[in-house]
Amino acid sequence: MAAELNVTPAGESAPLLEASGLVKRFGPVVALRSADLRVGGGEIHALMGANGAGKSTLVKILTGALTADGGSIKLGGRPRSFGSTGEARQAGLICVYQDPSLLPDLTVLQNLKLTATPVGTFRAYLDELGLGGFDLQAMPRELARPTLSLLDFARALAIEPRLLLLDEITASLPADLTVRVFNVVRRLREQGRSVIFISHRLAEVSALCDRATVLRDGRTVGVVEPAQGGEERIVKLMLGPVAEEVASEAAAPAAAARGEVAVDVRELKAGILNGVSFTLHFGEVLGVAALEGQGQQELFDCLAGVRRPESGQIVVGGRSRTFRHPADAIRAGLVLIPADRLQSLLRQRSVRENIALPLVSRIRRWGPINPRGEKRRVEGAVRRLGIDTRVQSEVRRLSGGNQQKVGIARWLVGGFRTLLCFDPTRGIDIGTKRQIYGLVKEVAGNGSAVLLFTSELPEIQLACHRVIVLFGGRLVDEMPAAEADEQALLRAAHGLHSEAEAT
Amino acid sequence: MATATMDRAKARTGFNAARAVRRYGWTFAVYLLFVVLMVVTVIIKPDYGTFEWNTLTLAALPLAFAAAAQTMVVLSGGIDLSVGPLMALANVLALRAMVGHDLRYSLGVAALVLLVVTIAGAVNGLIIVVTRVPDIVVTLATSFIWAGLALLVLAKPTPGIPFDFQDLAQGSAVSPWIPNALLLLLVVPLVWMPLRRSRAGLSIYAVGSDRNAAFRSGVNLAWSRILAYSACGFFAACGGLALSMTTGIGSPLAGTLYTLSGVSAIVLGGVSLAGGRGGMLGPVGAAYILSLIPAVLIYLGIDPNYGQMIQGLLIVIVVMIGGLGAVLRRA
Amino acid sequence: MSASIAGSLRFVQQRSILVLVALLVALAALIEVIRPGAVNANWVSNILEFAAPLGILAAGQTLVVITGGIDLSVANVATAAAYIMASQAPYGPTRAIVLGLLVGLAVGFVNGLGVALFKVQPLIMTLAMGLVVTGSLNVYGQFARGVPSVPAVVHELGSGTVLGYVPVSLFLWSAIAAALVLGLRGTGFGRLLYALGDNLEATRLAGVHAWQVLLTTYMLCGLFSAVAGIVLAGTVNAADLGLATVLLLPSVAAVVIGGTSIFGGSGSYSGTIVGALILTVLNSVLTLLDVPDPVKQVLYGAIIILLAAAYTRVLGRD
Repeated sequence: MAAELNVTPAGESAPLLEASGLVKRFGPVVALRSADLRVGGGEIHALMGANGAGKSTLVKILTGALTADGGSIKLGGRPRSFGSTGEARQAGLICVYQDPSLLPDLTVLQNLKLTATPVGTFRAYLDELGLGGFDLQAMPRELARPTLSLLDFARALAIEPRLLLLDEITASLPADLTVRVFNVVRRLREQGRSVIFISHRLAEVSALCDRATVLRDGRTVGVVEPAQGGEERIVKLMLGPVAEEVASEAAAPAAAARGEVAVDVRELKAGILNGVSFTLHFGEVLGVAALEGQGQQELFDCLAGVRRPESGQIVVGGRSRTFRHPADAIRAGLVLIPADRLQSLLRQRSVRENIALPLVSRIRRWGPINPRGEKRRVEGAVRRLGIDTRVQSEVRRLSGGNQQKVGIARWLVGGFRTLLCFDPTRGIDIGTKRQIYGLVKEVAGNGSAVLLFTSELPEIQLACHRVIVLFGGRLVDEMPAAEADEQALLRAAHGLHSEAEAT
Repeated sequence: MATATMDRAKARTGFNAARAVRRYGWTFAVYLLFVVLMVVTVIIKPDYGTFEWNTLTLAALPLAFAAAAQTMVVLSGGIDLSVGPLMALANVLALRAMVGHDLRYSLGVAALVLLVVTIAGAVNGLIIVVTRVPDIVVTLATSFIWAGLALLVLAKPTPGIPFDFQDLAQGSAVSPWIPNALLLLLVVPLVWMPLRRSRAGLSIYAVGSDRNAAFRSGVNLAWSRILAYSACGFFAACGGLALSMTTGIGSPLAGTLYTLSGVSAIVLGGVSLAGGRGGMLGPVGAAYILSLIPAVLIYLGIDPNYGQMIQGLLIVIVVMIGGLGAVLRRA
Repeated sequence: MSASIAGSLRFVQQRSILVLVALLVALAALIEVIRPGAVNANWVSNILEFAAPLGILAAGQTLVVITGGIDLSVANVATAAAYIMASQAPYGPTRAIVLGLLVGLAVGFVNGLGVALFKVQPLIMTLAMGLVVTGSLNVYGQFARGVPSVPAVVHELGSGTVLGYVPVSLFLWSAIAAALVLGLRGTGFGRLLYALGDNLEATRLAGVHAWQVLLTTYMLCGLFSAVAGIVLAGTVNAADLGLATVLLLPSVAAVVIGGTSIFGGSGSYSGTIVGALILTVLNSVLTLLDVPDPVKQVLYGAIIILLAAAYTRVLGRD
C-alpha cells in the first residue's frame, strides 16, 4: 500500500492542489483522520470511498463550507485556507453537488446574477451540453432534476474555475446526458484545467479519470490509476482489510425455511417505479439491488405507507391493501427502517422514548404509561442489539451505528411481521454492520420476512437469501444469493443482463 | 431524460402561459378581487366619488407600508412581530420633532425618522443573527421595547403634525382621482424595484428560498437577513410617517393593529410564509382590499365592528384553501 | 479543561430549572435589598395570585410549543372567555362559566383544524383566529344585553385566599400543573407531543396520526386560555374587551424562559411555572423601583431577549 501512495504520473511538476493531513472532527465523531489529496494541472482526479469514508467532508473543506481542524491546503504551491464558499470561489475552486444548488425561487437568470456568473459563457456551455436556446426566465422549482444538474454544471463552468469538483453529479443524470457532461470534462482537461470527480460508479471513473484517491475511515489509503485495470485495487482499498474479514467470517445465511407469502407485490407503479411484481416469503431475507434512483425508494415508500402507488396491488395476508398512512402499513405488519436516521429518530429525546414510540402511537394508548413494563421491554431490545446506552439523555449524542440500532429496536418492541430495511447500514462502521446483518438474519430465522435494500452490493450476499434487481423502475433480474456476487449484481444493476437477454 | 427533453421543448415556445399563471396568477386574482369589490361598492353606493376614493387611499396608505415592511422580512424566511410598534415609534418621533415647524423642517425630520427607525429594524435583525434566538421570540420581545420607547417619546395621543406635512398625503395635487396618498405609495416601487434587481435583493430571496443553496452560492446569510430587517424598518418608518400625515396626530398606540393587519395583507397578497416566494404588488393590493372592507360595511349600514371579524375570517379561509391545495397536491 | 467546562455546561443544561429557581430567588433577594421587609407572606401571596392566570395561560402555550407550534390567540381567547362569562353572569354562574370555557374549546378546535388538517402555519392560523375572536367579541359587545359582571364565585376563585395567605387560584393552578407535569412525562399523549415537535416525519413513520394529537393539543390550549381568562377576570373583578391582551407576550416568554424550545421537542411545564413566576416577580421589582410603565416595558422586552439568548447561546439549545 505504501508503494501505491507514491504513485505519481510522469511529468507532473508542482500539483495544482495539494491537501495533506486534513483532520475534521464533529464533537466526538472524527470525520477525517488524515486525508491527503494531490491533483495536478490538467488532470481528472477521482475521489473514491465507501459511504462515510469522509468524501463529502473533504469536499466541504476544499470549497470553504467547513474549516479543517488540522492539516494544510496548498493551491498552486501557496498555502491557502478558505473561510467561506465565496473565498473558495474567488480562488477558482467550485463544486457542483449531487443536489443542484440553484435557488428554487429565483429565475435561472437571477441565479446567475446572484453568483456573478457571465451569461454569455453560461450560454456557450449550455449549447455544448445540448441545452441551446434554454429560457433563462425559467424558475428552477419548475424544472426537472437532470435539467437542474446541467444548469448547475454550466454555471460552475462559466466562472472558468481552476479546479472543478463534481460531487456525484451523474447520479441523477440519464446516460445520454452523462456522456455530454463527460465530453465537456475531457475538454477542460485538454485546456489544462483540473477536475475532481466523485462517483460511486466504477465504470465512469475508469473511463474518465487519470488517477483516483481512495479514502477509508477518514484516511487516504491509496492513489490508483483506474484505467489500467485499477478497479480491483480501488474496490479492495475501499473495502479495507476489515471488510474482507467480515466477508470471510460472516457466513451466508442458511437456506431459507421459506414460509407462507408475507407480501405479494403486483404490477406496482409509483413515480419512476414501473410495474414491479414479486413475492416476499416469511422466513427469508429478500435483497434489492439497484443503483441510485432506480425506483427502490418508491418501492419501499409504497410498502411502508409513506406514499400511495399510482396503480398495482400490495397483497398482505391474502388481502389487497391500501395504505393511506404508515399506521396502516404498521397494522398490516410492515415496518420501515429508513436509511437516514434523522428521518426516523427523535433526536432530542431519550433512547427509551425513541424505542417506546410505537407503543403509544395509537389513540387508545394516550393514557398513562406503565413505566415498569415499558422499561422491561425497552431494556430487552437494548440488550439484544447491544446498544451503547452510556448516553441516555438524547439520541443525537449517539454514534451513527447506535442510532440505527435504536431505530431497529423500536420495532423489536413495537412488533412486526415484515421488516423493510432501506439501506440500513449507510455510513455506519463495519462492526455495527455485522451486527445489523446478523440481526436481519435472526429476524428471518424467527419466521418474519425481511426486504433489504443496500447500496453496498457486496453486502447482499452476506445477508440475503435471494435478490431482485431494479433498473430504470423495472425488475430486471432475480437470482439466488449464491449467484449474486458483486460482478453479477453490478452487471444486472446497470441493466446489462437484461439487454444481453433481450438481444 | 424525458423530462429534460420536455424542458428543452418548452423553452422554445416563447411565452409560457401556464408559467405566467403560476407566477402572477395570485397577484392578478388579488387585483381582480379588488376591482370586483370596487364595482360592488359603487353598486351599493351609487354616489361613490372622489371623497370616498380619497378616504380609501388614506386608510390604505399606512397598511400598505406595513405590508411592504412585513414582506421584506417574510421573503427572507423570517417574521417581524414588531412592525406595528416600529410604526408607532416613527409616528411619535415625527410628532415630537415637527410640532410647530414648517414643511422644510418637517421633511428633514421625516428623513431623520426614516434613518432612526431603519436602524431599529436593523437591530431586530442583528439580535436575531447574533443571539440565534428564533425571530418570533426576538421580535415579540422587541415589540415591547419599541412600544415602550414610543410611550417614552409621547405619553398619549397628541395632535400637532404641521398641516403642510399632512397635505403631502391628504391633498390631491394631480387629479382628484389620483390623490397624493396613492402617489406616496410610489415609495414602495422606488425602493423595491432597484433592490429586487440588485444582488443584495436577490440574496434576500435566496436566504428565504433555500438557506443551504444560498450558502453554496456564496450568499452572506447573516447580512442578507439583517438587510431584510433593515428594509422592514424603513418601510415601517414610512408607515409611521404615513400615519402622521393621514391622522395629523402622534399616537404611541396607533401602530399596534398594523402588525396583525400587515401579516394579513401579505398572506392575502400571496407571499409564502416559508420565505422566498412573492412580491410587493400582491401585498399592496391586499392592503387596499383590507381597507375597503370596513368602508363597504359602513355603506351597507352594517356595524363596522364586523370589519375585524371579516378580515380575520377572510385570512382563515384563504390560508385554509391554500393549505388544502398543498395537502391535495402532496397526496 | 475544556472537558470539565463541557461537563459543567451539561450539568447546567440538564438542571437548567435549578438555574431558573436561583434567578427567581435572586430577584426576590433584590427586592428585599431594595426595600427590606418587602418579601413577606403577603408579598408571596400576591405574587402567586398574579402569576396564576399567566401560569395557566402559559400551560396551554407550553403544550402547543412542545409540538413545534405557537398559539398567538391565547390572549384573545382568554379575553373572550372572560367577557362572555361576565355577560352571561345574570343567567347563573354555572352557565356563565361553561359558556366561557366552550369559547376556548371552540376556538382551539378551529385552530387545531387549520393546523392539523389544513397544514396552515400555526403562527398565521392563530393570529388570524385571534383577529376573528376579537372582532366577534366586539360585535358581541355591541349587542350583549345587561352589564357584564363577575360572578361572586369567580371573584372568589381569582382573588380569594385560604388561611389568609394561600390564594384560591393557587389550588386550581396546582391541579393543572400536576396534571401537566405528570401527563407530559407519564402518558402516551405527552410522549407524542414531544415526538411531534422533535420530528413530525419520524412520528408519522412510527404510525402516529399527527392530526389527532395536534387537534387535541390546540383544543386543550384553548381550554386553558379560557380558564386563565376567567381566573384573571376574578382577580381584577372586571371583564373588559382588552382584559388579557397584555398577557400574550408573557405567555410566550414564560415558556421560552422556562426552557421549552420554540422549535418544539423539548421542555417542561415545570420550567414554564418558574418562568411565569420570574416574569411576575420581575414586574414586581420594576414596580417597586417606581420605574415608569414605558421603561418597564422596555426592560421587560430586553430581559426576555437576554434570557432567551442565554438559553440558545450559552446552553447550546437550538
